[in-house]
Amino acid sequence: MAEQDPKRKLSWLAKIAPGVRKMVSRHTGFAGNLWLKDPNTGEMVYQPDLEQALWVTPSGSHMRIGPAQRFAYTFDEGLHERLPAPESPDDPLKFTDDKPYRERLTAARKATGANDAVAIATGRIGGTQTVVLVQNFAFMGGSLGTAAGEGFIAAAEAAVARRAPLVVFTAAGGARMQEGALSLMQMARTTLAIQTLKKAHLPYIVVLTDPTTGGVTASYAMLGDIHLAEPGALIGFAGRRVIEQTIRQTLPPGFQRSEFLLEKGMIDKVVHRKDLPAVLASILGVLTAGRATAA
Amino acid sequence: MIDQRHYLDFERPVADLEARIEELSDPLATDDLEAPAVEMKALRQAAQEIRARIYRRLDPWQKTQVARHPDRPHFSQYVAGLIEDFVELRGDRKFADDQAIIGGLGRFRGQGVVVMGHEKGDDTASRVEHNFGMARPEGYRKSVRLMDLAEQFGLPVLSFVDTAGAYPGLDAEERGQSEAIARSTERGLTLRTPFIATITGEGGSGGAIALAAANKVLILEHSIYSVISPEGCASILWRDSARAKDAAEAMKITAQDLLKLKVVDRIVPEPVGGAHSDPAATVKAVGDAIEEELKALTLLSSDQLVEQRAARFYAIGRAGSGAI
Repeated sequence: MAEQDPKRKLSWLAKIAPGVRKMVSRHTGFAGNLWLKDPNTGEMVYQPDLEQALWVTPSGSHMRIGPAQRFAYTFDEGLHERLPAPESPDDPLKFTDDKPYRERLTAARKATGANDAVAIATGRIGGTQTVVLVQNFAFMGGSLGTAAGEGFIAAAEAAVARRAPLVVFTAAGGARMQEGALSLMQMARTTLAIQTLKKAHLPYIVVLTDPTTGGVTASYAMLGDIHLAEPGALIGFAGRRVIEQTIRQTLPPGFQRSEFLLEKGMIDKVVHRKDLPAVLASILGVLTAGRATAA
Repeated sequence: MIDQRHYLDFERPVADLEARIEELSDPLATDDLEAPAVEMKALRQAAQEIRARIYRRLDPWQKTQVARHPDRPHFSQYVAGLIEDFVELRGDRKFADDQAIIGGLGRFRGQGVVVMGHEKGDDTASRVEHNFGMARPEGYRKSVRLMDLAEQFGLPVLSFVDTAGAYPGLDAEERGQSEAIARSTERGLTLRTPFIATITGEGGSGGAIALAAANKVLILEHSIYSVISPEGCASILWRDSARAKDAAEAMKITAQDLLKLKVVDRIVPEPVGGAHSDPAATVKAVGDAIEEELKALTLLSSDQLVEQRAARFYAIGRAGSGAI
């Protein structure tokens, strides 16, 4: 299938699309198109193929995935137990831009089925009991607000309680503006949570995924014992547009991508999604065998 | 003094009056030597009353402009007014010295301290030298170095925060701006000596918290502290940076709102007409507040200081901890 011209296939599908789409959505609960665009090449990719390939396109684009898939791909046999994220006050500032923040929250909750942008689970990776936190870009750009901060703190506490490592998959545009300075405070609060892991000599591994920017990068995403990244992920502090406006020049291709950060010494390894469980298993296996953690 | 002033838009009524006073104080402009003195006295009083009225009711966007006022006292003035025997320490020992953040050793009212803060500069040449107070990674690595030094020798740290944000430049990204900010925040949180941060102007985002992960966070009456600039927020959420006024209101960036949210611990009142109308009085008021807070923190052990700081930040935004 991958050999055929995807554009031809699309036009064929387009002709009968309205009916087919309705049928597909009725039978599989799938609301959208079965064909997705490769963000790099613009090529159309057949979704079942993409799922088979862990949402990595034939050209190697690592598409954004949510917590359910991430947990399934990361834990041994996909087996895991979800841990609840603590409750936190919604909309502490009564914030309204074009739309009230409350409405945005409600819409994001409806669309994702989750309460906020982070999900936590525990299970084994290469046999090592581990707590994993996944940031969901689909929930308001993965943004770090009070709920996500509390989630991070809870994940660190769960790791300490189980004497287990913490692995965090980051994905966020940055802090959640609708919570003002309270979101800024999450940079300090998550950093405090990391100190409890350090004190307990428990590994804290960060896997940077596309995109990780702003206050998230400038706090817990850059404080790991080890930093891994998926290929081609956008990782940086300031946004591209802001930098270009500041320095009045166009940024080079590949700027702020995983490979760029690897070259600049900010991450340890760029790892293909299919290899992540094995790489994590090796790292966790060695670190937890050390005298400090093994106690 | 008056002709050098920068007036903000909403200070127009005061500016008009003060222009009139200026005219009257010119002896060549009038033959009558008695009348102007009487009129001037009345005008001066009126100007002061109007100024006081305006400053009592500044909205968040007006406060933003006051916080950014070019004549607002900067780090160097706090050092000159509060720190004796100041020895500037430069460089991050890794790459360069970043003059957007200045720091060093000195004595604060008799007590040896490490001081550090953003410096915006006060004329074109010094603004360029200090990169308008927008630090690169080297600035945050210098602050880590200074905090290490403070801990090594058991000295309190006083920081002065005044930045639009960390520098968004290509070189800053290449050299790990995010990591540098994260490490500076972390160093503040783990510091085993008293740490007091004062937001003297703009507390802009990660670039500010990197120097403000302190036991006590003080803020001047008209300073602001926010996750993103009102312009930046407006351009993202309203897709129109001209909506900055709305963003400033929505984000709750004023000292008064931040105190209610427990993001800051204490507001230092400014002179009538803002810090820029009387820099010396402002610097002294900040010094007095710091002295009081420092006295209390000195009673805590190193462990207690770390615990107090953690408890302080953990409590922010938690259910039942007093959101607006």
